[in-house]
Amino acid sequence: MFQFKHKHKRETMNPDEPALDVHRLAAGYPGDAHAIHDISFTVQAAERVAIIGPNGAGKSTLFKAIVGLLPFTMGHISIYGVDCRHSHSYVGYVPQHEAVDWSFPLSVYDVVMMGRTRHIGWFGWAGQQDHARVNSLLEELNLSHLANRQIGELSGGQKRRVFIARALAQDTRVLLMDEPFTGVDTVAEQDIVATLDVLAEKGISILLATHDMQKAAQDFDKVMLLRKELLAFGKPEQVMTPDILTKAYGGSLRVFNQGQETVMIVDEHGSGD
Amino acid sequence: MAEFLNFFLEPLNYTFIQRGMMALILVGGVSAVIGCFVVVRGMAFFGDALAHTILPGVALSYTFSGGNVGSNLFIGGLGAGIVSALIIAFLTRRDRLKEDTAIAIVFVTMFALGIAIISTRGSYSVDLTHILFGSINGISQDDLVVMAVLAFVVLLVLTLLYKEFVIISFDLSLAYALKLPVELLRITLLILIAVIIVASLQAVGISLMLALLITPAATARLLVNRLKTMIVIAAVIGILSGIAGFYISYYMNIPSGASIVLTMSSIFAVVFIFRSLLRSRPVNDNMMVTEN
Repeated sequence: MFQFKHKHKRETMNPDEPALDVHRLAAGYPGDAHAIHDISFTVQAAERVAIIGPNGAGKSTLFKAIVGLLPFTMGHISIYGVDCRHSHSYVGYVPQHEAVDWSFPLSVYDVVMMGRTRHIGWFGWAGQQDHARVNSLLEELNLSHLANRQIGELSGGQKRRVFIARALAQDTRVLLMDEPFTGVDTVAEQDIVATLDVLAEKGISILLATHDMQKAAQDFDKVMLLRKELLAFGKPEQVMTPDILTKAYGGSLRVFNQGQETVMIVDEHGSGD
Repeated sequence: MAEFLNFFLEPLNYTFIQRGMMALILVGGVSAVIGCFVVVRGMAFFGDALAHTILPGVALSYTFSGGNVGSNLFIGGLGAGIVSALIIAFLTRRDRLKEDTAIAIVFVTMFALGIAIISTRGSYSVDLTHILFGSINGISQDDLVVMAVLAFVVLLVLTLLYKEFVIISFDLSLAYALKLPVELLRITLLILIAVIIVASLQAVGISLMLALLITPAATARLLVNRLKTMIVIAAVIGILSGIAGFYISYYMNIPSGASIVLTMSSIFAVVFIFRSLLRSRPVNDNMMVTEN
């Protein structure tokens, strides 16, 4: 039986290299070629990074460049030392909720199986191995009982988990999540945070774009502050200071001192970027 | 009983009518299969436009063959269809032009060109009627073979590239992350649609082609929630409509294109009403379900 693998160099990843290395990246759209520019940072294995920044700061643009959806104009991205120009398949992407056509006639099982595309290869259909892998991932993410549900019939938390399962089926090493906390209830939020723990145990690095400052401070190892360029990147307590946040949010940041605690409120009207 | 059987068998006494029926079954089934992709991708307008853009190619073949509606039309039609699909794909690359705008411009230009070519012949209105509404009685053995080969090729490519076509239709970000040749796959899908349109040309004609792509697929979508089952059900509806449309055409003496389309629309209407009455299982409203 012939096997046609998708054409790509599956160079071996070097575990000593950083999980994700972004160097002097610039990317954008026609008309705004440098929507984000001069972005350099590294993420280690199993590290969780929250990306914050005002609307239009380029959070989605950064993700699209890393995932290969947007050709980047300058710079270099590598994953465990492998150049991203041919290793995007190590990157998993959970798109913003509204970027997905939830009425598409696909079941949970079908969507997770999509992650196996490269393993199956050209002209092929899923084999026993692929079915076994999908079933075990569904089990692991507590989705087995929903396997045959159409994807639009799921709750917010379940929908995110389906895309996470798909990324795992893809053998993702770095997972990008675009505003998974937007538009879900607290139960689903807890659900997503719990799933992040599962991912960390597997050594998967996570970059998660969010508007939720409190979550960024509580549940993540590092916080990245973005506004066209990288304004700050470090531990939450280093980044989330009034001085630094003001650089990104300007006048829409309000700071109150309540005894020992500093309360910061970002007053931002408008839709996501 | 004998009379009942006779109702179905009588028309089949003539080989040219047998061929017509086989042609309707073939195009009904295969158009429905590819139509599922047209429906889930929201390309109904593209399908209609593409059917019309093949007119100049068909008109050229027709004029050169001295007013013959036969397998010669396939070559011209296919050429014009593929050229149109490529022009549309080119115009819409990287969002240079909104897709519906690009489609509309190519659509009307090609259609006007086709009318101009046909008008150079004396029998203008008869010729145009054949091409617009099909002429099922003129299908030769060779035509049927060509149609079957085209249908087979389309089904084969669709089977081989099924998972890739689903990914580029559902989630481009995954397609890019997996480094699939997105543009090439998209053009391949457009060409497959063009091939099916050309294969169906004689049976239903240009103007009603859209129904064969859209109606069975839309009906199937109302019934099921999974693309694979949707494709199977759409194919069954397409084939049944082909058979029913054939007998209606024979006994009521109306053009086969009209009868097959009216059959499909009737099935759609019945299913739609039936589903509206049985709202117990919503197909899809992004409804929330209780967490686990």
